[in-house]
Amino acid sequence: MTRPLLLRGIRPYGVGDPVDLLVRGGVIAEMGAQLDEAGAERFDGGGLVALPGLVDLHAHLREPGREDAETIATGSAAAALGGYTAVFAMANTDPVADTAVVVEHVYRRGRDVGLVDVHPVGAVSAGLRGERLAELGAMAASAAAVRMFSDDGVCVHDSLLMRRALEYVRGLGGVVAQHAEDPRLTAGAQAHEGEVAARLGLAGWPAAAEESIVARDCLLARDAAAALHVCHVSTAGTVEVLRWAKQRGIRVSAEVTPHHLLLTDERLAGYDPVNKVNPPLRTAADTAALRAALADGIVDCVATDHAPHAGQDKDCEWSVARPGMLGLQTALSVVVATMVRPGLLDWRGVARVMSERPARIGGATDQGRPIAVGEPATLILVDPDAAWTVRGAQLASLSDNTPFEGMELPGRVLVTMLRGAITAEDGKVLC
Amino acid sequence: MRHLLSTADLPRQAATALLDTAEALKKSLLGREVHKLPTLRGRTVVTLFYEQSTRTRASFEIAGKWMSADVVNISAGESSVTKGESLRDTAFTLAAMGADCVVIRHPASGAAHRLADWVPTHVINAGDGSHQHPTQALLDAATLRDRLGTLNGRTVTIVGDVLHSRVARSNIDLLITLGAHVHLVAPPTLLPWGVENWGIRQAHGWPVTVGHDLDAALPGTDAVMLLRVQAERMRGQFFPSAREYSINYGLTEARLALLPEHAVVLHPGPMLRGMEIAHSVADSPRAAITEQVRNGVHVRMAVLYHLLAAQEDQP
Repeated sequence: MTRPLLLRGIRPYGVGDPVDLLVRGGVIAEMGAQLDEAGAERFDGGGLVALPGLVDLHAHLREPGREDAETIATGSAAAALGGYTAVFAMANTDPVADTAVVVEHVYRRGRDVGLVDVHPVGAVSAGLRGERLAELGAMAASAAAVRMFSDDGVCVHDSLLMRRALEYVRGLGGVVAQHAEDPRLTAGAQAHEGEVAARLGLAGWPAAAEESIVARDCLLARDAAAALHVCHVSTAGTVEVLRWAKQRGIRVSAEVTPHHLLLTDERLAGYDPVNKVNPPLRTAADTAALRAALADGIVDCVATDHAPHAGQDKDCEWSVARPGMLGLQTALSVVVATMVRPGLLDWRGVARVMSERPARIGGATDQGRPIAVGEPATLILVDPDAAWTVRGAQLASLSDNTPFEGMELPGRVLVTMLRGAITAEDGKVLC
Repeated sequence: MRHLLSTADLPRQAATALLDTAEALKKSLLGREVHKLPTLRGRTVVTLFYEQSTRTRASFEIAGKWMSADVVNISAGESSVTKGESLRDTAFTLAAMGADCVVIRHPASGAAHRLADWVPTHVINAGDGSHQHPTQALLDAATLRDRLGTLNGRTVTIVGDVLHSRVARSNIDLLITLGAHVHLVAPPTLLPWGVENWGIRQAHGWPVTVGHDLDAALPGTDAVMLLRVQAERMRGQFFPSAREYSINYGLTEARLALLPEHAVVLHPGPMLRGMEIAHSVADSPRAAITEQVRNGVHVRMAVLYHLLAAQEDQP
C-alpha cells in the first residue's frame, strides 16, 4: 500500500474555497479544511481546480498493427499527460478487435502499462466489413468486459445490420457507437463540401452524408429501444437531428471532438494534410452550433478521436494522406479555449462533458465519479490560468500530427491520479 | 515570382506582365528561321508528369528548348514512381540533381503546392487534379487579347464540366483579375459548390454568374470557352447521357450563329468532337483553338523567363 497523500488547497470543480483532500488506499478518505495526517506525502494545490479523471470514448491507440504510429504505452502516456484516466481504444487495429482474443490482449496491455484504464471497443462487424456481426457476446463476456461496439472509421451503413447490432447489443447492456457517413455520398470525398473545397478542387464530403445516417440510426434505436452513440458529430444539421431524437426520448448520446470545436475548413488552403480528418473540418457556423450543443447537453461529451499517423502517411499529397489528428494531450486545453473562456461551460460542466457523461455512456462504472469521501481517488488537478504552446515533437505520442502546432492554448494539467496513484505530474509520466 | 501554382495568386499587374512578355517573345520570334533565344542557357527544367499529356508537356518542352534550357522529361509510367516512390522523395531526388524548375502535372489537387513546400526549386503547376492549370488560363487570356484587344469588360462564357475542371478554376480567377465578366453554363451537377460567389472577394472582380441555358447566354458573349467532360474524374453519373449533354451544352452550328460577329470560340483540348463541339465549329474561323496552342508556347516561355531569368536582376 502506498503512502497516504494529502492534497492541500484544491478547488473541486473550481468552486468554493480551497479544501484539503486526503487520499488513502486509492480512495478519497477525507475532505475538509486544514486536514492533517501523520506520514502522508503532501502536495500543495495552491488553488488548482480538481476534476474527476477525464474519460475518452474515442481514441486510436494503433496497437496491434501500427506500432510505428502509436502503442498502448505511448498512447496511455499521452492520455495521462492530457488528464485522462480512462481511454476507449477503437477497434480498427490489425488484426481488428472483433474477437475476445484481441480485446483481451488490448485490455491486458493497458493494465500492464497501468497509466490509464484502457477499455477496448469491440468491432460491430467481423473485420469491419459491414457484412455480419462480430462475436459481440464473446467480447462482452471476456476479461475486457466490452460494452461499447463500433466499426469506427467505417460506417455500419447496411440498415438491417445496424438494426440487428442495436438490438443485440441492448441485450448485452452496451451501446453501438456509429461513425455516421453514407459511403455513397462520400465516395472519394476529401474535404467538407463547401466553398473552400470547391475552390481547392477537393471532392466534397456533404453534411447530409452524416445527418442522414444519424437520423436513420435514431429511428432504428427508437424501434429497438436500444442505446446509440454518435461518434464525432461535425455538423449543425446533426445537432438538430439529435435535438429532435432526444426530445422524443430516444436513447441517443453524442460526442464532439476538440478539433471540430475549434478548427474550420479555412485551414485547408495550402493543402497541409495535418488538417485532413474524417469527418472533415467544417465551417464556422458548424463549430458555433457544436459549442452551443455541447453547452446545452444535446451533444453529451467531448471525445478526442486521437488518431496518430506515421510521418510518411501525412507528409504527402492531400489525397493520399491518412485522415486523423492527435488529440489526447490537447483536448482539455481546447475545451478551455472554446468553452470555458467564452463562458459556455464552467468547470463543473467540463467534468460533465469530459468525465461523467462519457464514463456513463461507455459503462466505465468506477470512472467519472464525484469528488467525495469514499469515492475512488481518480482525479486531476488543473491550472486554469497557465498557458502552453503546442509542439508536436514534444508530445508523448509516437506521432506528431497535431493540428494545433504552434498554438498557445490555455489550461494545464498538473497532476493526473488513477485510484490514488499519480500517473502524470507536471508534464512527466510517472510509474 | 518564385512559383506559378495558381492564377488566384496573380495580381493584375503580374498577370499583365506575363502576357506582355509572352507577346514580346512571340514578336521577337516572328519570321525567324531559328526559334532559339539564349536566355535560359545552363538552366535545367524538369517536366514531371503523373498524368497523360501530349500538348501541355510538349508545349513546356518546346518553350524550355526555345529558351535554351536543358529540358528533362519524366513521366510516371516509366520512372521510379511505378516502383512506389513517393512524390516527396521524387521531388528531393530531382532537386538534388540540380533541377532549377520542376513543371508538375499530378492527379491530386494541391500536389504542386506540396512540391513547393518540400523543395527549393521553382515549381510550375501544369495541372493538379481539379484545382488549377494556370498556364492554360494565361494562354487563353493571351488568345483573347489577340482577338478582342482587351479582356476588360468582356463577357466570357465557360460551358460544361466546371466541377472537375482545373482549366475552369484557373480561368475564372484570371479572367476576373483581368476585368472580364465570367458566365458559367452547365447542368447543376457539374457546378462547384458556391461558385456564384467566386468573384466577390476579389477587389475589382465581377461576381460570377451562373445559368443552365446556353442558347440564352450566347448572344451576349464575347468569347465562349468549352470544357472537356472529365469522365476520368467522375464518380458516378453527372448527366443522363452524352447525347443529352451534347444536345443541351454542345456548340453546334446553330448555336454558333447565335454568337455576335466578333465572338471567339476556345477549347483547351483534347476536344471530343460531336459532343462538346461540332466538327465544323471546331474548324471554323471563329474557333481560336490552334492559336491557343501556339500562344501556349510563348506564354510558357514567359513564365519560365519570369521565374528563372528575371529574378537574376534582383540583388
